[in-house]
Amino acid sequence: MSELRKALETGVFAVTAEMAPPKGCDFSRQLAAAELLRGRVHAVNVTDMQSACLKASSLGLCIHLRLAGLDPILQITGRDRSRLAILGDVLSAASFGIDTVLALTGDHPAVGDCRESKPVYDLDSTGILRLLSRMEETGTDCGGNPLSGPTPGLFKGAAATPAYEPRLLQLSRLRQKAEAGAQYIQTQGVFDLDQFRDFLEDVDRAGIQLPIMAGIIPLKSAGMARFMNRSVPGISVPEETVARLDAAGDRGQQAGMELAAELIARIREEKLCAGVHIMAVGAERNVPEILEMAGMHPFS
Amino acid sequence: MIVTRKKPPEEILSMLEGAKKIALVGCGQCAAACQTGGGKELEEMTSFLEENGKEVVCAILPDECCHKLLVKRDLKPLRDSGAEAVLGLACGDGVQTVADNAALPVYPATDTVFLGQIERVGIFHEYCRMCGDCVLGRTGGICPVTRCAKGLVNGPCGGQKDGKCEVNPENDCAWVLIYRRLEATGQLDKLCRTGPDRGHAAAAHPRHINLREKKS
Repeated sequence: MSELRKALETGVFAVTAEMAPPKGCDFSRQLAAAELLRGRVHAVNVTDMQSACLKASSLGLCIHLRLAGLDPILQITGRDRSRLAILGDVLSAASFGIDTVLALTGDHPAVGDCRESKPVYDLDSTGILRLLSRMEETGTDCGGNPLSGPTPGLFKGAAATPAYEPRLLQLSRLRQKAEAGAQYIQTQGVFDLDQFRDFLEDVDRAGIQLPIMAGIIPLKSAGMARFMNRSVPGISVPEETVARLDAAGDRGQQAGMELAAELIARIREEKLCAGVHIMAVGAERNVPEILEMAGMHPFS
Repeated sequence: MIVTRKKPPEEILSMLEGAKKIALVGCGQCAAACQTGGGKELEEMTSFLEENGKEVVCAILPDECCHKLLVKRDLKPLRDSGAEAVLGLACGDGVQTVADNAALPVYPATDTVFLGQIERVGIFHEYCRMCGDCVLGRTGGICPVTRCAKGLVNGPCGGQKDGKCEVNPENDCAWVLIYRRLEATGQLDKLCRTGPDRGHAAAAHPRHINLREKKS
């Protein structure tokens, strides 16, 4: 059974970390970084060609992690795969005991590094959730045909963006994902806890009951923060955070790790939400140190 | 309106290589409005080809280049023209209809880009992808299949900033437009309330419609 599901269902503060497969066929760096996460996170999210940049497939690294005894989360986007291909990958994953998934719509190829690739989007995040829910409920495939053997039981997640305007549009989308079968939510990077609290209150008021994991992006410099504010949708880094990174100068990466650890510690102490999802964007080796700084030691 | 744009002149000359005597066929409807295949464009194309060593043996402007029987009638002058090739200055449909009616090589002078709205003369916006399964009734009369870069019919992705699409920041996020329209028209209850996922079986190309089939 999904380690993340166990944590979320038993009220343990859940931690996941994100990792991208290599742009190539040597997975050793990812597997070494994953070893450092063993016993410190409940699951490792494996991205599905994030930013539409070519990488080895999510399923490939998920299988490597599973064989190494770690609990991966298969990220599935609708960008490159029709419903046939999505279900095929999920069944293959399930055969390896990979049962935790995160359904995403996926970044458009036009923003990636292989711009001529055809955008598929047969299903969006909601459509993928519905497809998987229907399979679980009825034991049938995308054409309504029966599957052979046991039907996989999945733990299905989706994404949300707290710093999204108009908020009502985001809440409607979140409710739709919940109705489609989402069982947990991982958010876009959170930097401003007041804003995040406000989002969580709105989610509560809307009657949407899903465990929410706050996205944590350790910033590496003030320049990175400014770039993200300017260019990355759904990201809003407060001025005082940018100022602290500025003041840190060459020690920006360390300051960014401290800021991330402070956010995690406060979210956990204030019991703001069910857990955190750390997106270290290539610096996964730093995740154990960030968790230590946040006062979170390896699980026994 | 079927919106077309002119192909680059060098591409046209490259297609016509080896043919000296050329017939031109425009279209009095969409291509005329798009300034790609009306009377003026036929004249301009004639001058361009003649400057490049071709002989334009006839220039025909059918009222509608997508109507098989009308085009057959209008193409009569082609028969005795001595043309070695035909250059179609209409949409992809028009060029194919000409090709169905002419026993000659037929080449397109335009690229057909979209079905769109004429905002004003010379300004066109893509509004419909002709998907065959119209959702406008629940999206405030704004088509997300066409106007969202990802064609998302259930709701927005996370890729908009200040109402603009990250795929092309000159474009508005269709879902923010839909939200505003539904809000302004008292239909917010329809927001992200979706039906079953859109299938593609009914849109297997090519599609046909026959209104003459006997009704049972």
